[in-house]
Formats: sequence, structure tokens, C-alpha cells
Amino acid sequence: MVSTSFTPIASLVGGALIGLSAVLLMWATGRIAGVSGIAARLFPPYEDRQFPGRLAFIAGLVAAPVLVLLVTGSLPAQTIEANPVVLIVGGLLTGFGSVWGSGCTSGHGVCGLSRLSARSLVATMTFMATGMATVLVMRHWN
Amino acid sequence: MAIPVQFLIGVIFGLGLIVSGMANPAKVLNFLDVGGIPAGTWDASLAFVMAGAVAVTFTGFKRVLKLARPYFAERFYLPTRNDIDPRIIAGPPIFGVGWGLAGFCPGPALTALGFGSVSAVIFVVAMSAGMALARFVAHLPSLTRFVTPADPFDT
Repeated sequence: MVSTSFTPIASLVGGALIGLSAVLLMWATGRIAGVSGIAARLFPPYEDRQFPGRLAFIAGLVAAPVLVLLVTGSLPAQTIEANPVVLIVGGLLTGFGSVWGSGCTSGHGVCGLSRLSARSLVATMTFMATGMATVLVMRHWN
Repeated sequence: MAIPVQFLIGVIFGLGLIVSGMANPAKVLNFLDVGGIPAGTWDASLAFVMAGAVAVTFTGFKRVLKLARPYFAERFYLPTRNDIDPRIIAGPPIFGVGWGLAGFCPGPALTALGFGSVSAVIFVVAMSAGMALARFVAHLPSLTRFVTPADPFDT
């Protein structure tokens, strides 16, 4: 494992930006900034005509680091330790589970908790717990 | 204008993920690694991401939802369900295991694509397959009789 340093200020500021984005999306489109829901609705069946807006939001997510690189000339550290097999299994479970449970860290964790939703509280506590349990097994199980 | 605005809102979200450290799976895994607390390798930063995000969203939603309507839509599309159904029990633990394996949840995985990492591409392709599969299974006619469909306005 790669050790990382505790960054409370940067994380608080970054979190506030995520919150700002969620508030702006609600103001603009009246919809929840849940990334799994937005990304999953790029796949059929199509129930409304929001495809272009959803694609634009996802494109913004992908473009953010490119803009940071263009403006500052560098990007912060990103370390991905998982091998391809773990990435594929992790990706499948993340994609399926977040959509089956109607939300991920943003939809349930940020927007849902902010709306005091009981469903989102249950969901957030559950994925935090199984995420922690998974890392415990992967790193500390001998 | 609605489309460029949603792009900019996505950029702000992505910047938040980068600044906060969420776009770095190593940091996410070190947060989830409560087993690292005795050794001092636990990184509590992501609790501050959540605190900052919820504080702004909680206060911001209150103000925005007092408006008559969103700027680019006729009405607000808020989730209406509040029951604890089989899907809200089954989905999040599956997602959590995937999150703990790679250190990516959906937002940061997409932003990681912009870092130019091949690993992120592999993860996002698999994640997209999982999402498409979940939508396909949830909409199977044979299943919608037994499983309550997810709220169309849900996240």
C-alpha cells in the first residue's frame, strides 16, 4: 500500500465544491447530482429526454483534470494499486451495486443525507461498512 | 444553454473530487482501511470531504427548493420513495465491496479517466457494464412483477 497524508483543509474545500455542484445541478435542472444515476441513464431504456445534459455532466467530470493540467501544468498524485482483474471485478460490482441500490457516494452520501433521507442513510452506512470490511480482508487477512 | 451549464457543473464536481483527494484511490482505500488505525496509516481526510459536501448541499438545497422551479426545467424531480425495499438492502453492500476492492466509486472513476490512466479505463468499462446490466435486469418484464421498480426520480 501507498501511504497518503492527512489533508483536512483540501478535503473540506474539495467537498464544498462537490456540494456546490450538487446545489447548482438542483438549481439548474431540478435533479439530484447522483453520478451512478446520471451515468447509468446513458444506457437504455431511455425514460426521458435528458440524455444530452447527462452526457454533458459526465463529460465535465472527465474534463476537470484536463483543465487542471492545462491551467496549472500538473496534476495531483493518483495511485491505482489494483491489478486489472481486481479493477474489472471491482468495476462490475460498483456499477451493478450502485445502480441496483439507486445511488452511490454522491446520490445517497451527499444529496440523500442532505435531504435527511432514511433510504440514503441506510445505503450510505451499508456501503461504508462493506467497503471497510473489504479493505480489511484485502489488506489484513493473512 | 442548459447543456453547457451542466458541463460546467460537472467540471465543478470533478474539481471537487481532485482537490479533495477522492480522485486518488490510494487515499480512498487508506480511509476505508480502519485496520490501519493502530499502525497510524489511516487517512481520515475523506470524512472531511463528506462534511464539506453535506454542509454546502444541506444549506444550498434548502434555499434552491424554495424557488418556484429550476432554471432549466418545469419542476423539481426529487426522489419520492422512503421505504426500505429489497433493492436498497441488496445494492449498497455490493457497491461497497467494489469500492473497497479498487478504491473507486462512480464519480472519481470517471474523473480518473481525465488523468489518462489505463487502469481507470478498465474500471470504467467494467463499471459501465455493471450499470447497464443492473438497468437491464431491473427492467425485465418478469422481474418488475416481483421487484418494485426503482423510483424514476431516484438518484
